Amino acid sequence: MNEIISQYFTWPFTIGAIYLGIIVIIRFVRWVIGLSKIDKIRILKNVFTIKTWDSIKEAVSEGLLHRKIFKTNSLLGYMHMSLAFGWFLLIIIGHIETIYHEGTMAFPFYKSIFFRYFVHESTGNFIANLFSETMDLLLLFVLSGVFLAYYKRINSRIYGIKRTTKLKSGDKIALSALWLIFPLRLLAESFSAGIHNNGGFLTQLLGNLLYSSFSLEPAVDYMWLAYSMSLGFFFIALPNSRYMHIPTEILLIFLRKYGVNLKKRFNTYSQIQVFSCSRCGICLDSCQLMNAEIKNTQSVYVLKSIRNKSLTDETLFNCLLCGRCQNDCPVGIELNDLRITQRIESTFEYNSSYEYLEHTKAEKADVVYFAGCMTHLTPAIKKSMQYIFNYAGINYWFMDEDKAPCCGRPLMQMGQYDAAQKLIENNRQRIIESGAHTLVASCPICYKVFKEDYSLPHIKIMHHSEYLLDLVYKTKIPYFKPANRIIYHDPCELGRGSNIYEQPRELLGFYTQLIPIQAEKDRSYCCGGSLANIKIQMHEREKIMNSAINEYLKYEPDFLVTSCPLCKKTFAKNRELIVKDIAEIVCESLQNQYTELQKQNEVLLTQS
Amino acid sequence: MKHIVTIGGGIAGIEASDVLAEMGYKVTLVEKEKSLGGNVSKWSYLFPNMRPIGEIEDYMKSKYDSNRFTVIKNTEVNQIKRKKDKLEVSAGDELKLIADSVIVATGFEVFDAKRKEEYGYKIYDNVITSVDLENMLKNGKNITTPTGKIPKKIAFIHCVGSRDEKSGNHYCSKLCCVTSVKQAIEMNEILPDAEIYCLYIDLRMYGLEFEELYLKAQKQHNIQFIRGKLSEAAENMDKTILIKAEDTLSGYPIKMNVDLVVLLVGMESGKNTQQIGKCANLSFNSNRFLQPVDPHLARNNSSQAGIFLAGTCSSPMSVKETLDNARSAAVEVHKYLMNSDH
Amino acid sequence: MSNKFGFDISPSRTIDFDKFDNQILQYVLQHESSFMTCMSCGGCTATCSAGNLIDFNIRKMSLGLRRGKPESLAAEIDKCMLCGKCILVCPRGINIRNVVMLIKKALVKFNPKNDERNN
Ligand SMILES: Cc1cc2nc3c(=O)[nH]c(=O)nc-3n(C[C@H](O)[C@H](O)[C@H](O)COP(=O)(O)OP(=O)(O)OC[C@H]3O[C@@H](n4cnc5c(N)ncnc54)[C@H](O)[C@@H]3O)c2cc1C
Ligand code: SF4
Ligand code: SF4
Ligand code: SF4
Ligand code: SF4
Ligand code: SF4
Ligand code: SF4
Repeated sequence: MNEIISQYFTWPFTIGAIYLGIIVIIRFVRWVIGLSKIDKIRILKNVFTIKTWDSIKEAVSEGLLHRKIFKTNSLLGYMHMSLAFGWFLLIIIGHIETIYHEGTMAFPFYKSIFFRYFVHESTGNFIANLFSETMDLLLLFVLSGVFLAYYKRINSRIYGIKRTTKLKSGDKIALSALWLIFPLRLLAESFSAGIHNNGGFLTQLLGNLLYSSFSLEPAVDYMWLAYSMSLGFFFIALPNSRYMHIPTEILLIFLRKYGVNLKKRFNTYSQIQVFSCSRCGICLDSCQLMNAEIKNTQSVYVLKSIRNKSLTDETLFNCLLCGRCQNDCPVGIELNDLRITQRIESTFEYNSSYEYLEHTKAEKADVVYFAGCMTHLTPAIKKSMQYIFNYAGINYWFMDEDKAPCCGRPLMQMGQYDAAQKLIENNRQRIIESGAHTLVASCPICYKVFKEDYSLPHIKIMHHSEYLLDLVYKTKIPYFKPANRIIYHDPCELGRGSNIYEQPRELLGFYTQLIPIQAEKDRSYCCGGSLANIKIQMHEREKIMNSAINEYLKYEPDFLVTSCPLCKKTFAKNRELIVKDIAEIVCESLQNQYTELQKQNEVLLTQS
Repeated sequence: MKHIVTIGGGIAGIEASDVLAEMGYKVTLVEKEKSLGGNVSKWSYLFPNMRPIGEIEDYMKSKYDSNRFTVIKNTEVNQIKRKKDKLEVSAGDELKLIADSVIVATGFEVFDAKRKEEYGYKIYDNVITSVDLENMLKNGKNITTPTGKIPKKIAFIHCVGSRDEKSGNHYCSKLCCVTSVKQAIEMNEILPDAEIYCLYIDLRMYGLEFEELYLKAQKQHNIQFIRGKLSEAAENMDKTILIKAEDTLSGYPIKMNVDLVVLLVGMESGKNTQQIGKCANLSFNSNRFLQPVDPHLARNNSSQAGIFLAGTCSSPMSVKETLDNARSAAVEVHKYLMNSDH
Repeated sequence: MSNKFGFDISPSRTIDFDKFDNQILQYVLQHESSFMTCMSCGGCTATCSAGNLIDFNIRKMSLGLRRGKPESLAAEIDKCMLCGKCILVCPRGINIRNVVMLIKKALVKFNPKNDERNN
């Protein structure tokens, strides 16, 4: 019996490894073949450039060291790193150790995996000892990660994660196998060490301990077989488990560096992104829907439902597209765009044609002002902008003062790209016809679509926070700094959505005392009002809004400043903090200064 | 002698204090403002019978001038503490009163119309509230818009800050409909040539003679009632206000330029009521008013023994209802003190 | 024997609560319960960006659906631009945009022409 085992125990490992290799290669090839022609050309163009080297570096720092997870959560980062990097080193150093002892590189691959089964004189001199001690140290390193993983399943709280993801059966097999691999390796090596004295500090100690009470010889082969089988099972289960993310993430890193990008329809690159998710759960923690007890529509669940082909509208559309999860995802999956792609698929048949849209005449002006639908419900913003335009003597045209179609972005957030195109075309014609050199938008939702989806060559597109800063720099409007302490709330579509962080801050620097806060810039909250979510109920939005307000209140600001009519309207429900738009701040300051000047003039007049 | 402290010197506080004093109790009324009367003293004529406010003020004056109870003004109560079987009512360090029972009559606040930004209050000059209009009416019969024009077209907007999830107030303030009708009639009497519109969602003429007032407004005052909620207002170059609503009965959207917009602001549980309720650990209802232990049978009993509710701190009420409610609070206090052994 | 009280004159001019076409309504309610809380205040219609450009009354359309008169839905619903102004105005906090999307889906789903595909 033992003889059969000793002859064949490496087979489960070998078969598993070969199977895994073939499957992964087939998948990769399929995925790459499925890419668009342009993307394939991109790959060919870039493969022999520095980009490949960059990709390797990133693969090491993300795939092995898990640097980004480390940044958000060091314990979780350590867990991922010890497993991935530790295992990687075990393989590499184990291989070198085998080469050292064999004196050749020509040996079957499994030999280095089961080294201590085959080689009994692996200690003795300094270098050999160094190898065996290092290998034990690495094993300990990996085991510590395994231990943390056990613990995470039982108690995910210590990782700061509110909820870990549920498992399907493929995952269960792979997970059980993975959990067993290293404890079994420890036992197998310890058994051999007990018998042959070929272990390092850990395996030798354990081996001696065990040998003192049991006779290990009859069991040692079984132990190595068990180890081999756990490896084999893991490799075979891997392609149908979450661990497929390990090879997929590496592929993603390369393709991304080569310039492959997401398209409007779901394709194999979308699939690669979907399969790259490690289910680390970091996106769950980023998501404010949790504050409203909405707990099963987050990105990790969407990706999972895509893989299982079980995505429902209730999950797909219950998301603010705030981008907080995307910002935090250590794998760098484009979660917002992936979700939108799914929405495009889901609503493909319902795109309206808006045949009723008519072409209305544009007015000639230097600057076109587009307030946006929402801004008509926050008249303080549009009135402030009108005041400032007049103050600065700008020749402007208030394009949607009376009527204009919506900018199209809310439709796009619903996945209705074709419909949005109709509105875009109508507005675009008029903007071009106005002959203006600048388009100013008060709503970040409009701003984003103007910037990304309207083709307006030679027209500068600005959000009003950028534009007002420009006016200050051009000395068209003066500034002075009252003692107001304020907090600035970055609107999702302007901040994470359009990367406008500094301009509003710089502008506010001229007019207020800006308090820096923890949740700012790309870490900022969503107000909860986002139009991208059509499933969320009003009272749930209110919870999200309140959780943000409660954070802001800690800084005791005089008021909260934002630069989005929708944020303003959403926050207006709170009774604790006064909310103002950045344009109001500027306008009030100009008005105050104006009355000051008037008073001074009166004094001068009466004196003379 | 048993001592009762009343917090709040509006009509509710005055009435309850007076009734208890007449029963022979020692009563101290604490009011945070420099004069008594509370919100009613801001109005000019009262619905439903256009009674001049002076008459109500005289009535209240007769009560507190009688010296049957002690009045402490300019003092804001901010703490009620239980001290064995007594209650300690304090206003900072200046005032500490030991009471056998306490009446909370802290009243209401009107909804801050600035919170409904789309209506343009304090953004557009010619948008005012019903409270502003009462104030104008109090100061005489020369009605001009804030930009100095005699209004030719006036719109009254109902349900501002009431029945509105967006304002966080789901309830109906119940008095603003009739207030609107009353003010519309008054405006027609002063400016017979002006066109007057009331934009409502539902007309809640719940009280005796309210419906008659509505009828009178239609019959004798040519007021047009339009069933539709104002969605937003915009300002024209000439400072007139463009309002947008749907005439839901005809099914057409309406656009209307008016010289004056009057917002019928609702009644809210104010900061004072919130503060007193929280410090004394009283229950609130979902609309943030103080919650009586039973909506039918114990309307004046708060969730804490010995502390009673009078007037609009527990829900919107008219003057008549406030006075009824205050008297019943006095009876409840009396019953409580009779039955307690201390 | 007739208990029709003379109501059999012109079916198109009555709302017949005995023959209620509620297939789409049920679908919408199943996925958006807030839909039933409308008090027909008209705020949504007044603010509507599409209604500002063309004859489009979202309130009347929704009311028609609740009253078993979904005939005009198909022609009307496509006018909405999903701009979201209505949800910021609605005093009942109704998720009007979701209602719009659900109606669009229901129209395809329950269209007899699409039966084949839905099977
Ligand atoms: C626009 C409008 C018009 C109206 N018109 C009519 C009408 O025509 N006819 C009619 O019948 N009703 C009318 N009402 C209703 C009427 O105003 C109320 O019924 C009445 O004011 C309620 O009185 P109250 O004593 O309960 O509250 P309040 O009048 O609010 O009095 C509360 C008092 O308590 C004081 N207080 C609060 N907290 C403290 C504290 N911590 N310490 C000390 N003092 C405190 C306040 O200063 C205030 O004086 C109208 C209401 C509104 C909003
Ligand atoms: S989507 Fe990103 S953050 Fe979320 S579980 Fe997957 S890898 Fe982690
Ligand atoms: S985009 Fe925002 S709301 Fe949507 S899942 Fe990510 S964090 Fe949550
Ligand atoms: S009383 Fe009339 S105006 Fe006031 S909240 Fe009720 S329905 Fe609206
Ligand atoms: S009579 Fe009754 S049913 Fe009719 S309006 Fe008045 S309260 Fe309502
Ligand atoms: S979302 Fe549709 S129905 Fe609502 S206001 Fe915009 S266009 Fe009108
Ligand atoms: S705004 Fe809301 S409550 Fe009013 S009609 Fe529209 S959906 Fe109904």
